[in-house]
Amino acid sequence: MARTLKINGKDETVDAAPGTPLLWVLRDHLKMTGTKFGCGVAQCGACTVHIDGAPTRSCVLPHDSLEGSEITTIEGVEGPAADAIREVWVENDVPQCGYCQSGQIMAATALLAENSSPTDADIDTAMSGNICRCATYMSIRRAIKEAASRA
Amino acid sequence: MFLRNMGIIPGKAQSGADEGSGASITNLSRRSFVAGSGLFVIGVTLAGCSSYVEPDVDANAFDLPDPGASPLTQVAGGDATPALWIAIEEDGTVKITCHRSEMGQQVWTSMAQIVADELEADWDKVQIVQAEGHERYGDQNTDGSRSVRYNFHRLRIAGAAMRSMLTEAAALFWEMNPAECSAAEGLVSNSQNSDTLSYGNLAELAARLEIPAEDEINLKEPDEWRFINKEIPSLTIPLITRGQGTFGIDVDRPGMVYAVVARPPQVFGRVGSVDDTAALEVPGMLQTVRLRDAKPPALFQPMGGVAVIARNTWAAIQGRNALDIEWIDGPNARYESVSFGEAMKRTARRPGTVRRERGNVQTGMADAAQRIEAEYYAPHLSQSPMEPPSATAQWTGDKLEVWACVQDPQTTRQTIADLLEIDKENITVNATWLGGAFGRKSKPDFAVEAALIAKEVGKPVKVTWTREDEVRHGFYHSASAQRLEAGLDEDGKCTSYLHRTVFPPIASTFSDGMATPTDGEMGLGATDVPFAMPNLRVESGDAKGHLRIGWLRSVSNIYHAFAVQSFAAEMAHAAGRDQKEYLLELIGKARTFDPGDEGATYPNYDASIEDYPIETGRLSNVVEKAADMARWGRNLPEGHGLGIAVHRSFLSYIATVIEAAVSPDGTLTIPGIWLAVDAGTVVNPRHARAQMEGGTIYGLSNALYGEITARNGAVVQDNFPSWRVMRMGEAPREFDVEIIQSNTRPAGIGEPATPPAAPALTNAIFNATGHRIRTLPIIGARGSRLSLPETETA
Repeated sequence: MARTLKINGKDETVDAAPGTPLLWVLRDHLKMTGTKFGCGVAQCGACTVHIDGAPTRSCVLPHDSLEGSEITTIEGVEGPAADAIREVWVENDVPQCGYCQSGQIMAATALLAENSSPTDADIDTAMSGNICRCATYMSIRRAIKEAASRA
Repeated sequence: MFLRNMGIIPGKAQSGADEGSGASITNLSRRSFVAGSGLFVIGVTLAGCSSYVEPDVDANAFDLPDPGASPLTQVAGGDATPALWIAIEEDGTVKITCHRSEMGQQVWTSMAQIVADELEADWDKVQIVQAEGHERYGDQNTDGSRSVRYNFHRLRIAGAAMRSMLTEAAALFWEMNPAECSAAEGLVSNSQNSDTLSYGNLAELAARLEIPAEDEINLKEPDEWRFINKEIPSLTIPLITRGQGTFGIDVDRPGMVYAVVARPPQVFGRVGSVDDTAALEVPGMLQTVRLRDAKPPALFQPMGGVAVIARNTWAAIQGRNALDIEWIDGPNARYESVSFGEAMKRTARRPGTVRRERGNVQTGMADAAQRIEAEYYAPHLSQSPMEPPSATAQWTGDKLEVWACVQDPQTTRQTIADLLEIDKENITVNATWLGGAFGRKSKPDFAVEAALIAKEVGKPVKVTWTREDEVRHGFYHSASAQRLEAGLDEDGKCTSYLHRTVFPPIASTFSDGMATPTDGEMGLGATDVPFAMPNLRVESGDAKGHLRIGWLRSVSNIYHAFAVQSFAAEMAHAAGRDQKEYLLELIGKARTFDPGDEGATYPNYDASIEDYPIETGRLSNVVEKAADMARWGRNLPEGHGLGIAVHRSFLSYIATVIEAAVSPDGTLTIPGIWLAVDAGTVVNPRHARAQMEGGTIYGLSNALYGEITARNGAVVQDNFPSWRVMRMGEAPREFDVEIIQSNTRPAGIGEPATPPAAPALTNAIFNATGHRIRTLPIIGARGSRLSLPETETA
């Protein structure tokens, strides 16, 4: 059954089986592959998107519950916090392989939008759901603070 | 002048550096100078901004160089023929072919830095073409921390040769002596006037000139380097921050269907019967395909099972859940990793096979004033890159094309050719970006699966491994048991040292029943031990493999450095000495040595011992440096301790100091880490520092939590809750890295930070608490704190 989802400000019609997680609707149905699959059980954060501004794991989120919600992905996230995060991420070469970084950036952007000057402890709490096997954690922590000073 | 006679230079070149204004040299065929046959242009990046192009499937129409015409096919490291690596287009774009796989180590950037420096390219015009898997590039196995080491010289030669040809082309055009012309930042200028010619203008003409021989090429001096040893920004990261770039799991082909595979629980288990009735009722399901059973030895073959094909990944996963499969046990069904670990410890208590010997350990021990011994155990580990294995395959007639996140597209191509019994010439393998690898993706079993399934289905197929698949069906880091013994004299000085190591070798994956640790694995931290005591013996004991055993970032160095560097600290404690001072005494005076002189067969990471000797002075130097950085010996709060470890691996020397803080209830935190690395010439210090951080945390994550166990031959863990990894909050607040500046030959960067991490931490915990940890993991998947024996708590 076709449903209309509002993704990055655009209405997208998707025809996916009921219960299909948003992650796979984005990746397989809409070919928006910036949002990544990491664990499928909301443990790693690679699939983080914003639902009405809140960082949310899309791998366990049925897409059919999202009609009327504002869905934002790495391809579309914008605003002062996102701009500052991207700028600092690039200037400091924060990512390594980059695979988890869509989720990291979505989580960090949501954190900055909510808290304009996070402490180390705030950052650790907000970001601890996002695993990075390359271990860019120290770089991310430094970069969020740097972005906070600019946003 | 032959240029004008050839009619390709219709007019006078423009003066000045205005790129594109030198349009007077026209009709330059783009293809005449294009290199690489890079079949898959996965990203085109300009520094400071980002753009993205779809895979350029026509790129194989590029002309390939005629190897017979190049005097540079056999330089150190391989073929340095410029056109194999560099293509300069009319608009000045410099396309550099990267034949190594990008997995976060920033190899796109480092390879480009090397070429572009000698080429004197304008960095803003550099783009990367990712090479397909092909012998013409030489070794493409992005493993062993050797991309820079293998390619540093030949890529400099390639860049310098092309710079020389561009300069000569300008000289011909200006009718000057080439010595009067010089190249910088994509332009050639001359000493007579202010004219310049851009590389884009000169490319076609330069392509017609003879390639200089190696002895005619002048490489730049290190103080002339523009990009090498500079913190050049990554070429991939601008794309990453917008969700662009193509990882293996992101590949899309027209008409593609999606597959997951239900694999036997144990290695060499088999499908007995399968009922897919319920599976086929799942919306979006298309079909199932029974895969052929795997047979020993494992090699890189898929493990068999049932492939589930659907219109999207989620439907395939649901379809797999609905399969009813009866599995038949294989020969490994009785494997219990815990009891096997006990058996390995017993083996380590018996005399083993001598792999290196100096002096006489028995008499040394007999004469000792004090003897100590210790046993260490480390479990199996999973590489678990954030991107699980994924591959896409498409057949067109008898031709196969594969896109996959593989560390070695050549091995992938050869393995598919062997297992599917097809001609390699009919196979194209494209390496995508790798979302981490850590050794897992040097095993192309998942790409073979895609090729097999696509053939059955008759459509392009993407095979995705779920996290459960990755954790349960991997190529695991060996579990190991080790025993060390030492004899100390009356002054506490070590006079006799015995190290016995027992682990199933990686060779067990390739040769059924192989149980003896290989020289290669013994040379990763056991037979190359740098200690100077008069009596020393290194032994191995056999252990059979029951899981697929494979490489994991720094491989056997992990457990060997854990045991040897822990034991060094145990000796220091027994002698009543400071860990760092005792470690320096064990290493002894600055010297070079060859383990081969004491009976070892020592591969030295495939490098000659003359080019890359083991230099104990460099070890001691990084020990002193890291200790200084950490302010070794400072007063610490109650419950804090500093620990140190040093290790040479992948030809690099790294010392790590860790501060551990242990609260009375056993809660462990890591306030700081200080690391000094001597890796010879470092191409990109910023990215090298990132690898030092990443390699250390990878080692700490494994040491703290990592444990793969098997019951009835099947891996118990399945996903991040039970296979635990380190998270943001556990990462240290302070992490300082110092790179020893050096112009000596480049060594490894991606792996060597991992080995010293675990022993530096356990040595720090000992200094914080008095509790010695000899069994990993330190905390485990379910733990939250150290279990400190009451009597040992400081």
